[in-house]
Amino acid sequence: MEERKIRVLLAKPGLDGHDRGAKVIARGLRDAGMEVIYTGLRQTPEMVVEAALQEDVDAIGLSILSGAHKALVPRIMELMRDQAMTDIPVFLGGIVPNDDVAEMKEAGVTAIFGPGTSMDKIVEAIRAATSHREASSSG
Amino acid sequence: MDDLLERVRQGDRRAVARAITQIERSKDRAREIVIKLYPETGMAHIVGITGAPGTGKSTLVNEIARELRRRDLLVGIIAVDPSSPFTGGALLGDRIRMQDLAGDSGIFIRSMASRGSLGGLAGATSSAAKVLDAAGFDVILIETVGAGQAEVTIANTAHTTVVVDAPGMGDEIQSIKAGILEIADILVVNKADRQGAANTVKALRMMLHMGQQKRQSRSGVRPATNLATGTANNRSDDQADWAVRVFETVAPDARGVAEVVNAILAHRQYLKQSDQWLEREKDRSREEIQQILQAHLDLQLERNVSNTEREHLVTAVADREIDPYTAAARLFTQIFPDR
Ligand SMILES: Nc1nc2c(ncn2[C@@H]2O[C@H](COP(=O)(O)OP(=O)(O)OP(=O)(O)O)[C@@H](O)[C@H]2O)c(=O)[nH]1
Ligand SMILES: [Mg+2]
Repeated sequence: MEERKIRVLLAKPGLDGHDRGAKVIARGLRDAGMEVIYTGLRQTPEMVVEAALQEDVDAIGLSILSGAHKALVPRIMELMRDQAMTDIPVFLGGIVPNDDVAEMKEAGVTAIFGPGTSMDKIVEAIRAATSHREASSSG
Repeated sequence: MDDLLERVRQGDRRAVARAITQIERSKDRAREIVIKLYPETGMAHIVGITGAPGTGKSTLVNEIARELRRRDLLVGIIAVDPSSPFTGGALLGDRIRMQDLAGDSGIFIRSMASRGSLGGLAGATSSAAKVLDAAGFDVILIETVGAGQAEVTIANTAHTTVVVDAPGMGDEIQSIKAGILEIADILVVNKADRQGAANTVKALRMMLHMGQQKRQSRSGVRPATNLATGTANNRSDDQADWAVRVFETVAPDARGVAEVVNAILAHRQYLKQSDQWLEREKDRSREEIQQILQAHLDLQLERNVSNTEREHLVTAVADREIDPYTAAARLFTQIFPDR
């Protein structure tokens, strides 16, 4: 009887110009039964975290193609810490050089999806990372 | 847990967000939240913004909210998009058009998926509106896609309903069919920069005129209830003194938006000065009680009468073994076994 839908914020921070990839992911997650709040292009870290807070999402997906992840991701994580939102898993999609992977994980990113990652894998990862929240977040 | 509601009353944004989630997730918790917050509600002006897909509602909401902020009003926004009937998922994209509102703590935006049921959606939206109301937001804008009865029902729970049209939608006829026009307090033709805007305005004015004549010829005979929604249908009386007007806007440039906001605030004043504010509150309350009662009845039926039992009765009626009244009477005694 009680509905339990996974809510995901999908944002495209940074300045790169198109969001075809992000839209494909958004549709894929919707088709997997999730509620996807898509916020569009050119989001500042402040906008991403504010939207995540208002929408009370279970997960955040960031699509960054511009290579600006090294600046954007730590800033987003910092703002999330300020708001005590660190229990929300953050996923990163886009082109992240191998050298940066460890740094991103250290910053708090749950998983990184490079180009060509299958939709099934993304859906699975989000489900796995949010399952702990299902039980705890009702209070 | 009720520390959460205390924080809602203080306007804590995280608490507001969490309370709305709880409402969406659990009917029991929704009931508890509404019961506890209800005494602190009733201050906000609830404005429904509805219209066909793509007419520019979100862009308009963005500009209306900015204009309201210029007038120092706190603005809560609930943007509803449909859930996919196949997967239950939803793509909620209204925020894309509301980016200008970021960084303003006088604004709170929440996206909601319709999650199927008509009554459920109206219930969840109006409960979410109560949370924003209790948190101190002065105006609550509720965006819905005006495509069907669910949206009309939501609009019915607003104090002021703005119906948005745009040229070239070819939906003028459809919107009458859906009863959308009849619920409008304010009509907006957005995309006035587009070809055909003048025609759309003309067509709407003509329909308004016809509608008013119909209203006048009906006056004296007060239609008891609206069959589709079960709500008391005294809007035709409400509007005796309120002239529904058609406004033209170009939302991305904010052109015409100040006038729409003037009309929204004027409508509130009109409702307050006449006894219509109370009348609309009564409409809203009637609708809500009805929905809660219906949900309660459905639940009791589900709990106390098994599906096979119900089907048994259905078959018996179909076979002419018993009549439908007798079947319903039997169900009724089973629904409330302890009476
Ligand atoms: N030319 C023109 N385009 C507009 C105007 N207002 C909005 N648009 C554009 O129309 C498209 C749809 O705008 P939205 O605000 O998303 O419309 P909506 O009614 O909220 O759409 P749904 O929520 O999907 O039903 C966007 O590309 C807007 O930029 C306008 O006044 N003129
Ligand atoms: Mg919209």
